[in-house]
Amino acid sequence: MQHGKYRFIVGFLAVPLVIYAVFVISPFLQAIYYSFTDWTGLSPDFKMVGVGNYRKMFADDVFWKSVGHNVLLLLVLPLVTLGLGLFFAFMLNVGGRRRKNAAVAGVRGSGFYKVVYFFPQVLSIAIVALLFQFAYNPNSGALNSFLSAVGLDSVQPNWLGDPDLALWCVMAVMVWSNVGFYVVLFSAGMSSIPKDFYEAALLDGANRIQTFFRITLPLLWDTVQTGWVYMGIMALDGFAVVQIMTVGPGGPDYSTEVLAYFLYTKAFRDGQAGYATTLGVALLIVTMIFAGIVMKLGRRERLEF
Amino acid sequence: MGVAENGAESGAESGAETGAPVVDSPEGRMGTEGRFLNVFSHGVLILWALMVTLPLLWAVMSALKDDKSIFTSPWALPTSLHFDNWSRAWSQAHMSEYFFNSVVVVAGSLFGTMLLGSMAAYVLARFEFPGNRFVYYLFVGGMSFPVILALVPLFFVMKNMQLLDTYHGLILVYIAYSLPFTIFFLSGFFRTLPSSVAEAALIDGASHTRTFFQVMLPMAKPGLISVGIFNFLGQWNQYLLPAVLNVGDEDKKLLPQGLVALAVSQGYKGDWSGLFAGLVIAMLPVLAAYIVFQRQVQAGLTAGALK
Repeated sequence: MQHGKYRFIVGFLAVPLVIYAVFVISPFLQAIYYSFTDWTGLSPDFKMVGVGNYRKMFADDVFWKSVGHNVLLLLVLPLVTLGLGLFFAFMLNVGGRRRKNAAVAGVRGSGFYKVVYFFPQVLSIAIVALLFQFAYNPNSGALNSFLSAVGLDSVQPNWLGDPDLALWCVMAVMVWSNVGFYVVLFSAGMSSIPKDFYEAALLDGANRIQTFFRITLPLLWDTVQTGWVYMGIMALDGFAVVQIMTVGPGGPDYSTEVLAYFLYTKAFRDGQAGYATTLGVALLIVTMIFAGIVMKLGRRERLEF
Repeated sequence: MGVAENGAESGAESGAETGAPVVDSPEGRMGTEGRFLNVFSHGVLILWALMVTLPLLWAVMSALKDDKSIFTSPWALPTSLHFDNWSRAWSQAHMSEYFFNSVVVVAGSLFGTMLLGSMAAYVLARFEFPGNRFVYYLFVGGMSFPVILALVPLFFVMKNMQLLDTYHGLILVYIAYSLPFTIFFLSGFFRTLPSSVAEAALIDGASHTRTFFQVMLPMAKPGLISVGIFNFLGQWNQYLLPAVLNVGDEDKKLLPQGLVALAVSQGYKGDWSGLFAGLVIAMLPVLAAYIVFQRQVQAGLTAGALK
């Protein structure tokens, strides 16, 4: 019996573990090793350069520019996306006309809204990025022609071609494609909050804004925190949107350059594989710092209900 | 976690109307506030619904126009329906090949992910052995690392194994990067299943393997569906991995990747209508499948974040 059990365990675990070790674990470990070498990626020869790549990275203006953009994304994206998600979910769940027996009610057609809001979530980020690349087109895109149609002929921004605007255009697309996910997520969380809580609060004379901040948000905090981590990881990536949508390498004048895309160009265009993995390690460190901060700030007493 | 709970939650949603009777507070104040709020909430909700749908509708409309009217009147309805854009994109612009390539790769990787993921998850969830926790956290830890960090060495691992630009190589990579979430989710699910059924099967003389495939796997069906949908969408929409690991032949590209390549080449040719048609061809099947299975898709995609 015992013998059979171990043979079974090994039989079931071996293949997944080997695949995982070869394609995930080993590249991660190699990345850290290569970050200390001058490997070009073009030839098999390389030598150790110690912290040379790291020194180079700290002196690299484009690196700091991309870190700045990633940090901006990290601050703005979760705030806007989760804020909109919470707002819409709250509207869906308690914005309804009062019915006879219930203190709070969802709006009519909340199912319909949730289906529509979720659309971008099932599309590939490549499709979304292309769609908005066309929409932002200053001459024939949906946005500028809409602006002229409503009489704003004088307002015809260059969108992705404008260095001051390009990064915000990228952010808007990331918000657009993710809000629906959080509406559905928070909505599921909200509908599991017992209605008595709302009833008691409303009886005590609280208005809906107070019930949101005093009841809904605290009870939903765990889910919000998870969402914050998800959104943060997305903000630290941004590769596909930047690569597909923005002009030139990382936007006009590097205005949309992010770490992930910078790494990609260094490795696969400039033949600096060693330096690229150094950038990857920096990205990993930023990710870990971010996750640590969220966990620390977010720690609250867990509310059971 | 899991579908059972999601079901309970959607149940609670519809239970809103049957809440306990409320002793009425000043009816007038609440009534006006409620009505105002109702109008306001519908207002903002409709606004966002328009913001989501209008870009998509614009793409569908543009896909049915000729090149000239895409530029001259982007928001006008198409005067005549140019379905020739679609056939041009489908056959001449390789969309059919991209589509077929995606089907092959995702079919293989989805099957492999589900099989290997459920096997590993089952063993890790229900068997005590030295190193169990270590292996579990090794897998689950993979969820929190940026894939792009592994990408450069992964490219050369694939190159040395001659797996670059091959379907089986991509399938293996897709499986490897889908395992962390699959194992995390399914082992949680297997832990909740009662052990009495499995024990009965073992006493009846079934082997561990047979017990797994014939007893436990069918019992885990709701969890498998959730994580299956999650993996299907993730793999079908995957852009980063093929963009780096599958750059050989033009006609071997996968759908999202091929579409981006198409945007570059058609952009030079000025075939915008064909390009929009390609975009819509890539977009519509997923949207249609989503509308049919919306409840399952929403539950599947949010399953990981709901604890």
